[in-house]
This record gives sequence, C-alpha cells and structure tokens, in this order.
Amino acid sequence: MRARVFVTLKPSVFDPQGKTVTDALHTLGYAAVRDVRQGKYFELDIDARRADDARALAEEAAHKLLSNPVIESYRIEIVDEVVA
Amino acid sequence: MKFAVVVFPGSNCDHDAHYAAEQVLGQQAEYIWHKETSLKGADVVILPGGFAHGDYLRTGAIARFSPVMEEVRRFASAGGPVLGICNGFQVLLEAGLLPGAMLRNRSLKYQCEHVIVKVEQTDTPFTNACRPGQLLRIPIAHGEGNYYAEPDMVAQLERRRQIVFRYTSAEGTATDASNPNGSVANIAGLCNEQRNVVGLMPHPERACELALGSADGLIMFESAVRFVADGARRDYSGTAAAR
Repeated sequence: MRARVFVTLKPSVFDPQGKTVTDALHTLGYAAVRDVRQGKYFELDIDARRADDARALAEEAAHKLLSNPVIESYRIEIVDEVVA
Repeated sequence: MKFAVVVFPGSNCDHDAHYAAEQVLGQQAEYIWHKETSLKGADVVILPGGFAHGDYLRTGAIARFSPVMEEVRRFASAGGPVLGICNGFQVLLEAGLLPGAMLRNRSLKYQCEHVIVKVEQTDTPFTNACRPGQLLRIPIAHGEGNYYAEPDMVAQLERRRQIVFRYTSAEGTATDASNPNGSVANIAGLCNEQRNVVGLMPHPERACELALGSADGLIMFESAVRFVADGARRDYSGTAAAR
C-alpha cells in the first residue's frame, strides 16, 4: 500500500515561503494567483494488506513525526497498489 | 557543580557551551552523546545550538526522539534546570517541553547578528542574577526563529509570565524594527510553567568573553551556578501566580 501524506501550515499561520512564491508569480505576470501556501508531500510505502491498516499507520506517523500539530495539519490518501 | 551538554549529530555550539561552563566559569562540564540514557549526575542540562539531525523534516523534529531526551524529560519534570539554546530551543518546542513552534524567519534569510534582548523575568534558573528589565547584547544565528503560538497561548504565556526574553531596541522597547525574525510578541525566549525549562534563540554561550564582542551572556551561566549553589534548588514554580 502507498500512503500519500500532505502536510500544510494551518490557515491561521503565516507562510513566509508561500508569500515569497506568490510575489514571484505576480512579478512573472500571473496576477490571477491570489495566494500560495507551501507544504510538504510524503509517500509512504507501507507493508499492509488492508487500506484501513495503512491509513491507521500513516495517521500515526503523520501525527507523531511528519507534522507539528501546533502549526500544521495533514491529509492522507491511500493508493491501493496491489503487489502481485 | 556539573553542566551536561547534550550532543546530537549536527550540534555545533556544544563546544562553545562546554567552554563557557568549564573555561570561563570554572565549573565541571561533560558532553552527553544523544544515544546515552544517563545525564551522569549533572546539575544543569544544556541543549546546544546547531542543526541536530541536519534539521531534516523540521528543526528539532527528529532530535526529540533521541534516547537522551527521555532522560532530559525526567530531569525537567523533577525540577532540574534545562536550557535550550537556538536549535536546543527548537528541540524543546518539538518535544513539547515548551509550548509553541518555530516558523521560517519572515525575511526568509538566515539572520546572523548581535541583537538586544530584554530580560523580562528573573525568577528562572537562568536569569536569577539579572536585574529585571536588564538588556543583554547577544548574537543570533538562525533561519527558523520566528516563534509562533496561537493568540490564546500567547495571552496565557503573558499571564503566567513565561516570556523570559524579548527582542527590543537599544532603549528596551519591543518594536517591530527590533524583531529580527517576526516572532510573535517579539518573543526571544520563554520558560515552562514550572519555570525550570528555559529556551531562547540568541546564543549566550557565544557572548561570554569580551574578546567575542560581548560578555553579556555570561550572566545566564552565572545564574545557573547560583541556582544550583543555593542548594535546595530554588523552586520558582509557585511564583508565577504570586505576582
């Protein structure tokens, strides 16, 4: 199983990197871009038979290590890649 | 008395802290490798600056799981004085021994300069020799020192007098211009509720001799010595509400 974990700063937290990227895009003429939030993306290859098990493990990893709950939130997608 | 200086892979201010304790203050100091599970009878524990575990993932995020941290946690909960400097402060935040988190500096630059910090609280093991409101000129060197906590938490920190250091102007006023990284409420350092765990972004260990441009940081080490020498390990945990 593969878990995709997206970690992003909470909406209330200022993102200096995202702001800089926004400014750069505006400089390039992409005036339609209103805002950019920069985050982190992880792919976890998990030895699990059931999607629920993979998700539970990814949840635990995301909460304990991959994100800092004080400033970040996360979203998890499980990709069912059955290994023959 | 004995200082323990924890060494993580990537720590780079461990020698400076050890030097300040042993050479400048004449106290015992011992390095403790992060895989060790004993603090070897230390009276004071220092988590030094640097880039523990390369600062991968987030600053301090991996160091918090180092075996020695269990022992640091136990030492802290028993009232032992713990000082986190720069990366050591970030480790304390990730470990939950201090509240809040660090963001990238608002300038996105690695800020390396001398700054003025004001001692807001003197009832901690690392500021008890300071005058209230004393200004210290100490260097900073960090890319992620933009302290963040939710507004409710900041209000609570103020109420419980946990904000130990603030970035200020040379006159001692906390202005936006004197804030080098965007920290909320100009916070440069704070303590836990029990007041025995202190973390700050500036480097007092790099300002312990005039040859280094400032000796203002020495008073923090002297405070620790005084705290321990007082024998009964002064307990500041009851003072927060008392004032």
